[in-house]
Amino acid sequence: MAAFWRLDPFTAEIVHDYGFQNFKLLWESDVYRAITQRTILIAAAVTVTDALLAFPVAFYMAKVASPKTRNLLVVAILLPLWASYLVKVYAWRIILQEQGILNWALDPLGLSGPGFGNVATWLVFSYLWLPFMILPVYAGLERIPSSLLEASSDLGAKGPRTLWRVVLPLALPAIAAGSIFTFSLTLGDYITPQLVSSTQFIGNVVYSNVGVANNLPFAAAFATVPVAVMVVYLLLARRAGAFDNL
Amino acid sequence: MTSRAGTWLLRGATGLTLAFIYLPLLVILLYAFNTRRTLVWPIPGLTLKWFGKAIDNPGVRDALVVSVKAALGATAIALLLGSLAAMAVARHRFFGREAVSFLVILPLALPGIVTGMALNATFRNLPDPLGVQLGLFTIMVGHATFCIVVVYNNVVARLRRTQASLEEASADLGADAWQTFRFVTFPQLKTALLAGGLLAFALSFDEVIVTTFTAGADQTLPIWILSNLSRPNQLPIVNVVAVFVILLSMVPVYFASKLSSERTLVGAR
Repeated sequence: MAAFWRLDPFTAEIVHDYGFQNFKLLWESDVYRAITQRTILIAAAVTVTDALLAFPVAFYMAKVASPKTRNLLVVAILLPLWASYLVKVYAWRIILQEQGILNWALDPLGLSGPGFGNVATWLVFSYLWLPFMILPVYAGLERIPSSLLEASSDLGAKGPRTLWRVVLPLALPAIAAGSIFTFSLTLGDYITPQLVSSTQFIGNVVYSNVGVANNLPFAAAFATVPVAVMVVYLLLARRAGAFDNL
Repeated sequence: MTSRAGTWLLRGATGLTLAFIYLPLLVILLYAFNTRRTLVWPIPGLTLKWFGKAIDNPGVRDALVVSVKAALGATAIALLLGSLAAMAVARHRFFGREAVSFLVILPLALPGIVTGMALNATFRNLPDPLGVQLGLFTIMVGHATFCIVVVYNNVVARLRRTQASLEEASADLGADAWQTFRFVTFPQLKTALLAGGLLAFALSFDEVIVTTFTAGADQTLPIWILSNLSRPNQLPIVNVVAVFVILLSMVPVYFASKLSSERTLVGAR
């Protein structure tokens, strides 16, 4: 609602009349468009990365590991999911910094870490939301009857082919469910970019407009962007059957 | 269908991923014992002195008190409203039932910054007699918005597994509504409520984003960390507090996962 109000330029008071000027500014300004693009791109990259990393782990948990190992692994993935978000970002800040572990480990190889920036943001986001992807995918894979996999191999399909033609299509709704978390959490975040990068995300602009500039209407207008993106994303995910896997 | 090589490949991938997940936490743990003030690697030696300094730090102590109060308050609100909503949705059919269950879960899917901003705008624009100062109370209310979800999820899952016929039998045998709740429903829900409460506490305890919008001048422990990150002098104490926060959020979750067999632990935030 507040998105349609505007800031009086002289008094810096919020004027409660309605108009689209905030949205117009958003659309016409290159800066804000670049920020929106960057946010969505990184959110997408993080989602893809997490799906790739999560799948083998989830598959191992669901189909290969013994029940005891499986329960252990579930707890092992669950605990860091709940461990303090801020502390995890901070840990990465220490790792990635100039004199941090990563540079120390890569130095003998003649390489250096990515430093702070978009790559760091992508890495940290992927790290943060990985458990949110593993658990739904694991739950989804667990529901696939093992007999289907056996049938596929009885019919002569090799491992990779079974994976591609049988497991993946069946696991897709679960991956979509996990991607809701990875995508939405990345869209709304502003702490991580602030700590491991100097570039801005939608969240940073919203935050500085509420806190520092006190321009609540503009912040609200910009905040509708991730909400709109999420609504579209949720509708797509629903078509992929993600809601039954949440 | 998985061959030997495939199994080893999967095992390796799982191991690597677990290492990826846990190494940063270990790094923080190591730095908490660092003898030097700066965060260089490799660390020169180990010491316990920062733990004492952290306990003596008034900022840390105030923040801890605010955090614990906020988490307890949010958990209490969440337990009450979450279980009431869960009972209504699981046991009764009424107009708008689907809408209620959707609205309760919505804060999970909404980016935290949107929730935070919406709360901030609401608190600031409240008409005068109802007006509140941003502070402990608004932190509690803000945290409760997403803590309700975890309680609700736990209780709904439990109610779906238990039968309403038990409650009907109790009513048939002449128990009034309160007795039925006290002696039939509540004992069934006890562990679900405990698990939900523990999760809500953990969730509230390390929330940052919504808190920055609702805290006003008060600092919770995570906010204290955030505002001290840029002060090199404070970094050793920040490390200690970080370890403490990790433990305090992981221990309740460990017990919660023991208590609830339902898969309701995925949806955080």
